[in-house]
Amino acid sequence: MTVSATIHSEATRQQANAWRRQTSLRRFYTALGIALLLVAMCATMWFADEANAGHFFDRLPHILDFLSWLVPKDWSDVWRALFDIASPNDKGTQEFNFPLGRVYVWGGFYIPEYFELMLTTVNVALVSTFIGFVFAVPFSFIAARNLTPSPVLRLVVKRFMELLRAFPEIVIAGLFAAIVSIGPVAAIIAIGLHSIGALGKLFYEINENIDMRPEEGLRAVGANWFERVRFADLPQVLPNFMSYTLLRIEINVRISTIMGAVGGGGIGEELKLSISRGFGAKTLALVLLLFITIFLVDQFSAWLRRKLVGEQAFLMSA
Amino acid sequence: MAAMTADEISAIERRFPDVFHRPAYKRFWPLFLIAGTVLYLVYALWFFSLPQVLRESHWERLPLFLSQWISYDLQPEFRLDQPQITPKYPRFSALGENPNPDWVIKNPDGTFTVQIDGDAKSVTFDKTRATITHDGVTVPIALTGGKPVVTGPVPDWVTVHDDEIVARMGFAGEVRVTVDRVKVRKRFLGWANFVFDTRSPFFGKSAGEVISLIVSGPELRPGTSNLALAADNIWNNAQWQHGDVWTKLLQTIVMAFLGTLLGGIVAFPLAFFAARNITPSGLLSQVLKRFFDFMRSVDMLIWALFFTRAFGPGPLAGSAAIFFTEIGTLGKTYSEALENIDDKPREGVASTGANGLLVQRYGVLPEVVPVFISQTLYQWESNTRGATIIGAVGAGGIGLKLWEAMRTNSNWANVFYMVLLTLIVVFIFDNISNFLRRRLSRTLHDYNRLQAAQG
Repeated sequence: MTVSATIHSEATRQQANAWRRQTSLRRFYTALGIALLLVAMCATMWFADEANAGHFFDRLPHILDFLSWLVPKDWSDVWRALFDIASPNDKGTQEFNFPLGRVYVWGGFYIPEYFELMLTTVNVALVSTFIGFVFAVPFSFIAARNLTPSPVLRLVVKRFMELLRAFPEIVIAGLFAAIVSIGPVAAIIAIGLHSIGALGKLFYEINENIDMRPEEGLRAVGANWFERVRFADLPQVLPNFMSYTLLRIEINVRISTIMGAVGGGGIGEELKLSISRGFGAKTLALVLLLFITIFLVDQFSAWLRRKLVGEQAFLMSA
Repeated sequence: MAAMTADEISAIERRFPDVFHRPAYKRFWPLFLIAGTVLYLVYALWFFSLPQVLRESHWERLPLFLSQWISYDLQPEFRLDQPQITPKYPRFSALGENPNPDWVIKNPDGTFTVQIDGDAKSVTFDKTRATITHDGVTVPIALTGGKPVVTGPVPDWVTVHDDEIVARMGFAGEVRVTVDRVKVRKRFLGWANFVFDTRSPFFGKSAGEVISLIVSGPELRPGTSNLALAADNIWNNAQWQHGDVWTKLLQTIVMAFLGTLLGGIVAFPLAFFAARNITPSGLLSQVLKRFFDFMRSVDMLIWALFFTRAFGPGPLAGSAAIFFTEIGTLGKTYSEALENIDDKPREGVASTGANGLLVQRYGVLPEVVPVFISQTLYQWESNTRGATIIGAVGAGGIGLKLWEAMRTNSNWANVFYMVLLTLIVVFIFDNISNFLRRRLSRTLHDYNRLQAAQG
């Protein structure tokens, strides 16, 4: 855009010149920033490609080969794999041994294997979110500047939660796999500890933004710390706490799937095995189940959050 | 304050019926929620067979593993059935090829003394007897019979097995005595050979000696300067693998950066077509929004596994996985930001007769770019953490290395080294992203204030 209006006085002319200089300088910085970003992007692309086992342009023509094992010869095998129904293609290999995975509950009634594994993954996420919530709530009251019973304790709890949040979950999982044996319990401990840190931070930030007048009222009538927190703070923050906890459930379902792939039990492990061995029907069944579950969890939690706190934008936090 | 009369109380009750006469489901829902949670927890206890798992767990390993994070041990062994007693060290011991530590003492009378913690905790032995000292308590052991026998009372830190006597001395180490050998484990605080490994010509030299060698010493390996040799020795340290660890760390950073950036670049134009108020067709908007949901719901793990299979393990697979997930996440957040804009600047620009592209550039972009950048930075930050985890399934970076180091349960010091590096990287990137976002929000704040001032 150009300034095309007639310039009358010397002062206006100076102003216009200053504006032009500023704009061109700003444009230069923007262009420089974008150029630097592009250079960084190309350099990192080259680096990633060099470090990878297979290179991008070597592998690109084979992308379709990769899809070819994924497409099953018989599409009904996907449903059979999902519900553990015997397949006519079964030749004794692991690729089509669907009924072997049945988990019998009562007589002839069974839960299909993949649903059982999905249940494990979701249960890991729920239990670890519960652990996170139970510890994060008291920690958040101690860590909030306006509610803390002691500034020293506040600092200790804040640092502790920071450590829990930043510590890679995979290391905690690996450590506890050696103690409580590899499997879902180690994953619960790892994700639970991480959730304490993640939820605790969000919670104490909510606590620091509350209306302090109810708290002052209770203090005036001589309420102790627990009573003040319970009757002045908790009613204000509980809807927000719940909605962040629901958001955490969404994240934890994803993390517990990944934990499964590195030995934490559940559907992740089976998916990793199935993809690495190239079992098309099984892989599609697993991806379908996982996709639907994550989608449903997301939608349910979004619906519940809208009911709890109304239309409110949330930053996605990990 | 005067007491209220019954009339006043009932008047208040009548004025606020929704407080005093709430329906049962509203009054009792917290109770139901708590009861439901308790029932679920009981179910989860059964589902994961938690009591059994906890009963079979080895909590005594926890302090041991944690102490291994910041310490290392040396395990000399003394064979008593050979003509001459000599200390033997395991291969690849932290002491190198010619160990001669000052805490293994050959006494003039032919006995050996191993100091585990100075003189307070030590063991002295020859072929016929051993004496273990622990904080002033002395335990003599006779080795002449078919099995080792403690002569005298047995303190609680000594365990007597059939053919072996074990004396545990806490963090400092332990002594194991049988008829034909004495085995000592002595624990040291710190990381062994962190700079130079045992094969390096600089091994065992003090910092001053190394510096003087580098500055003015004769060439240790003809043809290379000592500085280059030292750098090469550090980078290729066999025990700590600094070179490999740092390269893998860089891969993790690159994965998060590249994935988020590419995701942002692809999501940016798509978001305009997905935003309800900007899109040229409602159908297109719906299709794109479902596409974003799809990319997000087909989790990062699934993308990582697929791309690992397609491109082979490495950072390319990891970048691609983050890229595909981010198209969904950023596309969703971008289009939501676009739907929340103020429509007036757009109308103003459109009223001057500008075409569609110019309307977006001057009517929409100034409003959303700070929000876009802030959300992208947030995702970048969270992906830097996430990249560590998906690395473990083969998508490259430090995750896989961490997982491999942990699997053997023997190299916890290496694990801790990598964890520390990861923590530092996450900390630095958090701060960069926070700093940039604070700058942005200040710009936004100034912009809003300026607008408010101009009415």
